[in-house]
Amino acid sequence: MLEVDDITTRYGAITALHGASLEVRAGELVALVGPNGAGKTTLLNTVAGLLRPATGSVRLDGEDVTGMEPASLVRRGLALVPEHRRIFKDLTVEENLRLGGTTASKADRRARLDEASEVFPVLRAKWNTSAGFLSGGEAQQLAVARALMSDPRLLLLDEPTMGLAPTIVDVVFDLLVRLREQGRTMLVVEQNATRILEVADRGYLLRTGNIVASGTGAELAADASLFDTFIGGESSGSTS
Amino acid sequence: MTKLIQTIVDGLGVGSTYALLALGISLIFGVMHLVNFAHGELITVGAYTAYFFFLHGGSWWWMPIAIISAAVLASVTMEFVAFRWVRNASPFTLLLTSFAIERLSHALWQIFVSPKQRAFPKPYWVFNQFEIAGVSFEVMDVVTIGVTIATLAITATVFKRTMFGISVRAAAEDFDAARLMGTRANRVISGAFAFAGFLAGVAACLILMRTPAAEPSMGTDWLLKAVIAAVIGGLGSFTGAVVGGVVLGLLETLTRAYLPEVATGWDKFSTAVVFLVIAVFFVVRPDGIFKVSHAERV
Repeated sequence: MLEVDDITTRYGAITALHGASLEVRAGELVALVGPNGAGKTTLLNTVAGLLRPATGSVRLDGEDVTGMEPASLVRRGLALVPEHRRIFKDLTVEENLRLGGTTASKADRRARLDEASEVFPVLRAKWNTSAGFLSGGEAQQLAVARALMSDPRLLLLDEPTMGLAPTIVDVVFDLLVRLREQGRTMLVVEQNATRILEVADRGYLLRTGNIVASGTGAELAADASLFDTFIGGESSGSTS
Repeated sequence: MTKLIQTIVDGLGVGSTYALLALGISLIFGVMHLVNFAHGELITVGAYTAYFFFLHGGSWWWMPIAIISAAVLASVTMEFVAFRWVRNASPFTLLLTSFAIERLSHALWQIFVSPKQRAFPKPYWVFNQFEIAGVSFEVMDVVTIGVTIATLAITATVFKRTMFGISVRAAAEDFDAARLMGTRANRVISGAFAFAGFLAGVAACLILMRTPAAEPSMGTDWLLKAVIAAVIGGLGSFTGAVVGGVVLGLLETLTRAYLPEVATGWDKFSTAVVFLVIAVFFVVRPDGIFKVSHAERV
């Protein structure tokens, strides 16, 4: 479904990705793990069209979408839950969700709004509240629900558990598993490597802009040496 | 007491015109982080449109439609021709571009029409007055306030209810996140310019009914006041722009009415007093009345 081929992305003089490649097949949950500053967020942002790669290509369903505008990618079935969630704090919960359905028809948007209020009771309770008043866990659920409003075939999630309390982390992981069961294809960047590799079909290890290892979740998790070198213990909250 | 009420109504009239202009400036600032110093030129465009149509038998019955359409068209054109190409440049480049448009506009009217003022007829009722309980009001003040309230109601509805409005508010807070939702940058920015043009067009109608004349540099004074109003309210805040405009209008008319007329002409200092008050205000509260947190990224 998604093929990232040898992309290099730069911020001015700094090269954040050095020819990284990966692939996500339909129905898979793929984890992208690695230490801070490895280029994980850069990779997702490049795939989602926020950044333009200097070289390399991004293909979605076989179509070359390199350097395409995010809005066009959303219309092709891709959605990103960005780092730090980036929900619209000045907008209400409902307005955030409606905006997530920008590309949908009016009827679809209505239907998905109803669905979101059923699936996320936490949000239903704060439907007309400014999103700025939500707790971290609520905001994260809003960010995911908002991305689902476009009914994406490929969902990218950047650190969905960052800064969340352990019990809320469980809620988010449950949500990921549930989404996979529904057949949603996902590429997830996660600090909490141990946990994401437990549920992921496959994983990639990114380090200083390169993919240095890949394999099934179990294989990567078992590779203790890589783990100690690149990831260390569980962490949450801090990012580059 | 009578004088106070009349002055306040006057102030609300002037202030609501500022509010409409300030709202347009805040809107563009929201989506582009640009203080558009060419925004006042939309009034000039409206004025010359009216002048042109009156030469060919215009009437105030439909003139507002012509003025507003011209302002919307000019605003969208301004974005398409000038700002689109420097959209990702530094805020300073954007600012310079807006100054360039302002100067260019002055020059074009001077060359192609005339450096002199061109007058056209005013609506016959404009200086009519009526009395309630011994206090006389100008019809025009009431019209101005009424039209402004109606326009603000339309604005509130658009930004609360329509997908376009919600997208603009979202883009003002976090443009990239709005793009990730499928919002097209060009459409949101064009739309914001069109709406700012509409607001400026309404303001132009109100201004031109009172002073029916076109002059190349007429937009600049209004623009400065509107920018000040937007900054008082807190740049980027829609509510702030409206409050800032009304506050500025009241401040102006009140100082003009109540400064001592010693040695005649003290009232000419009203502008100076207004600026003094504003200067002190910014020392106390540099972010304006309604601080917009994400405006700090500029």
